[in-house]
Order: sequence, then C-alpha cells, then structure tokens
Amino acid sequence: MSFEKSMARLEEIAARLESEDLELDAALALFEEGITELRSASASLAQAEARLKQLREAADGVFRVDDLRA
Amino acid sequence: MPESYFVQDAVPGATPAAAVSIVALTRTAQAVVEGAFAPLWIRGEVSDFKAHRNGHWYFCLRDDEAQLRCVVWSRDRRQIPAPPDDGMQVVAFGQLTVYAGRGEMQFGVTRMEAEGDGLWRKALELTRARLAADGLLDADRKRPIPRYPRRIAVITSRDGAALHDIHAVVQRRCPSVEIVLVPAAVQGDSAPESLCYAIDQVARWGAADVVIIGRGGGAREDLRAFNDERVARALAACPIPTISAVGHEIDVSICDLVADLRAPTPSAAAEAAVPVQAELRERMRIVATMLTELAGEHVMRARRLAEDTVHRIDDAAVRRIDRRRLTLEATAGKLHALSPLATLDRGYAIARDSTGRTIRSIESVRAGDAVDIVFRDGTASAEITGVARGEPSSAPELSSASHEQ
Repeated sequence: MSFEKSMARLEEIAARLESEDLELDAALALFEEGITELRSASASLAQAEARLKQLREAADGVFRVDDLRA
Repeated sequence: MPESYFVQDAVPGATPAAAVSIVALTRTAQAVVEGAFAPLWIRGEVSDFKAHRNGHWYFCLRDDEAQLRCVVWSRDRRQIPAPPDDGMQVVAFGQLTVYAGRGEMQFGVTRMEAEGDGLWRKALELTRARLAADGLLDADRKRPIPRYPRRIAVITSRDGAALHDIHAVVQRRCPSVEIVLVPAAVQGDSAPESLCYAIDQVARWGAADVVIIGRGGGAREDLRAFNDERVARALAACPIPTISAVGHEIDVSICDLVADLRAPTPSAAAEAAVPVQAELRERMRIVATMLTELAGEHVMRARRLAEDTVHRIDDAAVRRIDRRRLTLEATAGKLHALSPLATLDRGYAIARDSTGRTIRSIESVRAGDAVDIVFRDGTASAEITGVARGEPSSAPELSSASHEQ
C-alpha cells in the first residue's frame, strides 16, 4: 500500500510542519523527507496499463500471482 | 376338491385361507403406486408441519377436499431453502408412495417452493437472524475501505462479466492498481464451498488491500450462493476489507449485509475500491504546495529571528558607543582645561620667536630679538630689550623649571 503509506506520512509531515516551535534544521529535514515521499507516491502511479493477475496456490500453500492475459 | 382348493388357495387373498399379510399388501400397494406415478409436482397448503428431532420434516399438503401426508427426509432437506410454515401455499416435487409402517399414502418431497419466494425469504430471514445474533451484521464491524489500494483481490468466476467490468473500471480510473483474480464458482451446488475456499485463500495470502466478491447480474436463484450462511461467515472472518458486488440491485444478499461495503454491481464495487488517479495527482500537488509553503514559513521565521538578533546586537553596540562618546567628551573637557589656550583664557600669554616656536627659556632669547606675544584674543609684536636669568616670581610652566636643572 505504498501510495497510502506515502500519503499518510505526508499528512503527518504537514501536521508537524504546521507547528511553529520546530527547529529550522528539523523543518528542512521534514520538508526533504516529504519531497522524497511525493516522488515515491508519484512513481507508484506510473503504471499505465491495469494489470490483471490470477492467484494460484501450490500444494505446499505457497501463493503465486500469474498474469491472467497477455 | 383338494386340488381346486389348492388352485384357489394360490391366489393371495381370494379366500380366508389365502389371506394376505398386511406387510405383503402394503408393500404391493407401494410398488403399484410408485409404478403408477412418476415423480411430479403437486400444489397445496402446508399444515401440521413438524421438524422431528431425527432430522426429518413431516407435514400435510391439503386443499379444500383432500389432504396428503408428506415427508422430507433429512438427506433431502438441503435442497429446500427453509422449512415451510403452516398455511403456506407451496408446490412440492416428489414421489407418491405408501408408508407401510402406518399404512398411509405418503408423498416423499425432494424439492419445494413457496409462492412469492416465501421459502427463500424465510431462509434469508433465518440466516440473517443467526448472523445478527452473532453480531456479524453490526454496523460498527464495518471497516473503512482503504483510500489508495495498491492491489485488489476479486473473487468471482474467471469467465463471468464481473471480472471484465472491474478491469475496465480500474483501467479507466487508476491503472496503477493491480487486479488479482481469485477464481471461484459463483453458481451451482459447489459454489458456496468454492467461494468459502477463495475467501480463505485471500485471507491466507494477505497481500491484497481490499477484496471484491461477486458476480454479474443473474436470476434470483443464481445468487443463492451469496445467501449461503457459510459464505457469509467466511466473509465476515476475512481480515481484509470486503466489498460485495452481487449484481442484483433489488435484492440484498446475505453477503451484502456482512461485507464492509455493498456495491450494487461489480463496476460499482470497482469504483468504490479504486480512486481516480487524476484526483490522486491533484491531491499530491496540493500536498507539495503545502509542504513548500510550510517550509518557506519556517525559513522566513528563522530569517526574522536572525534579523531581530542582528538588530539587538546593533542596538547594544550603539549604546556602548554612546557611552564611550560621553566618556570621551568628559575627557575632552579635562584636556581642554589643560590646553595652552585655556591657560591664555586665564590671563597668561605665550612668547614665540620669529620662527613661531614657543620660547621656553631665557637662554633662547637675546636683547634685540623680535618676538610675538600671543594673548587670548590676539598677538602683539615686541622686541626683547633686556635679559635677566633667575626664578620668575611665579612659574606656571614647571617644565621650564625642570629644564634649568
């Protein structure tokens, strides 16, 4: 759930940045982290074709996800 | 006679001596009746219904003029959605026979339907009541559907329209979301078991963020598996948030009641599960702007703080300089008091030679030298007319005195 995690972290970062009693260094570190999260969230949306897979379970209970259609 | 008696004796029941046993007669009647009537549907009103503790159901079907004893053997009960109520109009499918034990004609029912889906409705109500009693329908059990799922599991038939519809919606709204089919039979006798198994697989796999269970539209009968109590309980136990999509807008299935979210169709389920990517990008843009502004405010605050500090240092420096200036002025006053000009103010005069040098000693002058005498308010030219060594009556210039020694 990388996008959801990223967005949750970003909201946290924004909330912390909103508090004024934050050292400048800490604020800038949070800002940098936010930019990194934004990049990773953006990357998680990059897929252009919806992937259709099928769950398969081997006899030993190990799961595998295969492409359903070419 | 004995021979003819013997012959007559050979026809069972023809004479008192050839009387037939009850069991023989009822068994013969059973064979005749079963041979005469193929299994068939009959119609009537239910009365005297009893569910025996041995698992069989006993009741009568009657109309205005006749009645027939009926039985549903326990092994046939699962074909029938729910036990009928007295007074219910039903059609029943079964075999007419004779029950030797009671010497009664009896109809062995294997399938039954009530008018207006009465039995289905009743079965649903019973299942619903049991689930409700266990708290599985409580509103506070409903979990939120994740806003940004990365992967959705879809429990449905591989060949049905549901999977296609969901895929189309995901492609349109947010193609970065992965769809993982967990195939299951959605109709037929094996469907409940198959659905339960698929739900269990999704639970054990654990890698999906949300699960959609459903099928495209179908007749009410086709949706039966989604009213199955086992399926409902499996769904309630699923650790991943669930969306039901049992393609029937009018009827609510038991799965709909148990799922965290009910969608009327598979397409609607996909829309509920998957965000619109453009909205996500817009949301990210807003967050990016917010971060930049907030960080900017911190920088501004830090700058203001730095400027304030500089001002404070400046002010302190200015105050210190002011203090020094005051000291300086005081010192200057003292210096002024000691300067020759101040001496002149007090009424003394200074003698200078022709080069302008102050004449400090009598040795520097001879009679006839031209000198300037400087007063407070002007200079007079004079000529030395005589020189006399010795102590002046008062000597303001101590240095002259020390020079002489």
